[in-house]
Amino acid sequence: MLYFSRSKKLLIFLTIGIGLLFALPNFFTKDSLNSFPNFFPNQQVNLGLDLQGGSHLLLEVDTDVIINERIDNLTSDLRKLYREEDLKISSIKTTNGSLKFKSSSTAQSVINKIKDLSVTDSQNLLQVGSSSNLIVNINSDEYLEILFTEEYKKLLTINAVNQSLEIVRRRIDELGTREPTIQRQGTSRIIIQVPGLEDPDQIKSLLGQTAKLTFQLVDQSVVYDPQKPDKAPIGSEVLPSDDDPNYKYIVKKRVMVGGENLVDAQPGFDPQTNEPIVTFRFDGIGAKKFGRVTQQNVGKPFAIILDDRVVSAPVIRDAILGGSGQISGGFTSEEANELAILLRAGALPAPLIILEERSVGPDLGADSINAGKIAAIIGFAAVILFMLFIYRTFGLFADIALIINLLLVLGVLSMFQATLTLPGIAGIILTIGMAVDANVLIFERVKEELRNGSSMINSIDNGYKRALSTILDANITTLIAAIILFFMASGPVRGFSITLAIGIFTSVFTAFTVTRFFISLRVRKMKSESVGLKI
Amino acid sequence: MNLDFSSKNISFLKIHIIGFVLSSLLIIGSIISFFSFGLNFGIDFKGGTLIEIETKEDVDISQIRSALNDLSLGDIQIQEFGSKNDILIRIEQQSGGDKIQQNVVEIVKNKLDNDLSSPVNYRRTEVVGPKVSGELIQAGTFAIALAVFAMLLYIWFRFEWQFSLGAVLALVHDVILTIGIFCITQLEFNLPIIAAILTIVGYSMNDTVVVYDRVRENLRKHRSLVIDQLLDLSINETLSRTIITSITTLLALLSLYIFGGSVIKGFTFAMIWGVLVGTYSSIFVAAPLLKYLEVKRDWTSTSAVDSTRK
Repeated sequence: MLYFSRSKKLLIFLTIGIGLLFALPNFFTKDSLNSFPNFFPNQQVNLGLDLQGGSHLLLEVDTDVIINERIDNLTSDLRKLYREEDLKISSIKTTNGSLKFKSSSTAQSVINKIKDLSVTDSQNLLQVGSSSNLIVNINSDEYLEILFTEEYKKLLTINAVNQSLEIVRRRIDELGTREPTIQRQGTSRIIIQVPGLEDPDQIKSLLGQTAKLTFQLVDQSVVYDPQKPDKAPIGSEVLPSDDDPNYKYIVKKRVMVGGENLVDAQPGFDPQTNEPIVTFRFDGIGAKKFGRVTQQNVGKPFAIILDDRVVSAPVIRDAILGGSGQISGGFTSEEANELAILLRAGALPAPLIILEERSVGPDLGADSINAGKIAAIIGFAAVILFMLFIYRTFGLFADIALIINLLLVLGVLSMFQATLTLPGIAGIILTIGMAVDANVLIFERVKEELRNGSSMINSIDNGYKRALSTILDANITTLIAAIILFFMASGPVRGFSITLAIGIFTSVFTAFTVTRFFISLRVRKMKSESVGLKI
Repeated sequence: MNLDFSSKNISFLKIHIIGFVLSSLLIIGSIISFFSFGLNFGIDFKGGTLIEIETKEDVDISQIRSALNDLSLGDIQIQEFGSKNDILIRIEQQSGGDKIQQNVVEIVKNKLDNDLSSPVNYRRTEVVGPKVSGELIQAGTFAIALAVFAMLLYIWFRFEWQFSLGAVLALVHDVILTIGIFCITQLEFNLPIIAAILTIVGYSMNDTVVVYDRVRENLRKHRSLVIDQLLDLSINETLSRTIITSITTLLALLSLYIFGGSVIKGFTFAMIWGVLVGTYSSIFVAAPLLKYLEVKRDWTSTSAVDSTRK
């Protein structure tokens, strides 16, 4: 066990050398790293959000909203069908993704026609094969219920989440922060991680709005009556004003133009009033539609509606044919800026619900790093002194191995760009304490062999041999715990499992190479100089 | 200092009943405190909002409390965190789902910015909604159960079922005692504590495996030795290692506890406790249990690996 072949020695030195090379960049500043030659590793440890500051958000796409919206869209098609078939339909109700209504006929032919509606639904871009995506249940003699098939709902969800991911990415990119991570989690969730953010609230307010913009005409056939707050003629709806919670508008449901026809939006100032505004430009189709409606409705007010709230309702003075316009609504310049970002990035298909938020300010992160460094240094010093005290020369070898071990952990972290978090630092410090275990097991075994009367060399040899299986068993148990933790946890705690696992590998490796190598050197010296060696 | 115990022959098996009684009492105490006090769940498991602020000038906690009480956000806990100007605010989960939960931070920030006499630096905000907190409890419980089960399988595979059962009983003992200390101290129980418990599971197993490994070796070596003596011999032979490794681990953890900052104090505390309990249980629980589990004495005909396949 004490003999190292030349090739083995080379391999060990090479492994340690590469590990140390990758650890090296962490001891330089970012600037001096830039002057390193290209072939040199220049990646530092990747710090987690809890150490460098930043925000972690877990969002869920509210897919119920989409399904309900689709169900709602079916109503007008359904009415049309009943008119054409000369049947009667009444008490239509939409609840929880299903449409219930009273039908004058529940004959199979009618049901088949209802099922065919799904195919003619013009908005329905997602079709599952050629079969209908609707389920029609006969609840009683005259009540029918329409539901979407599970496959269709799944498709709607996937589509909505994909769209949302894209739009979230665009919105966050607009903030110009460095390296945001945006990932899907499970079927309907999105994880966002944005490092080094000064104001986490900004990101939340950007994501908290669907930003659905529509232009609709104001219904002038009736006057808003505060006594009957929700009453609107068929084809119109009551929407609240954005700046006055008590005031409401009655607007026509038909959308003149929507935000999907926008090609650009920019914050600016009104040249006359100097009030912050958002200027926008339509694409060809949008410009044409907008031009036509404004031409036909000169003198009438239209409403600019954002997320079901009326931002403003200006009167059309002239036909707007150029395809550009502006929105004013008593914005601050920050609000105008944010609205422009939202309009440029596009509307979310469904609202996002923030399920979890964790934000750390940059100075807490810096404090944590400092505290971690101090704890690591002191813990390290204590363990080193203790080992020296207990094992003398052998302790020194174990200490050298421990130093190399720590550098290797750093090297592996940098090499694989694994994320170092605060619990991750705790994992490293725990490793400092536990890494010497392999050496302790070996040394204790050597002592035992010596007591049994073996020679030093034999004792060392046997100590290593006998301790091997114990060391493996003992470390595999900790490794199992680390692996389970890695798969169960997310964020900072996951960082702990990473450093713990790396520490297990490097500590077993160093015990069987570094310590052993030094001991073999020492034993050889002892042979030639006949110096006594104690443990 | 002499940490060489190998020449000593402490008769652990003679006092093992005391250990069993002590452990049983501690377990019963833990279970009682679990059902009477319960765990003081942090927002990870309970849902709610946590805001850590730093005030530039000294601010009386009562001033913060009265400002926040105006908001009627339910139960609010305010405490100093590490230093006088570092303050931790915990706000209970708001009824009304995930959407309402999100507004709390904004409301609190506005209020503090307006009401406090000192500028406020927001060091940390964490908001966990009801959906996620429920999932985290499940995932945490599952992870611990899975870890214990994985250890059961591993030891079964490497040793025999008697060892596996003994080790896992010791492990469950450690986990219960750790949860118990959190019930009694009412220290906050959050996600990192689950990580600490998993590490304790690994560490305690590590300790137990070293002792068991020696037991197995001695079973082969000393076939005629009485089981009590054999277990005593094995514990004594590995005692130096058990103590030295516990000391180095505790040295590192103590340093982390004292200098590592307030954020991971609970985490470190759990691990310090776990190392103490884990070390105790390998010697006083796991090893003596083998006496009662009737380990196989005849290891002559088959090797260890073969015997596990029976």
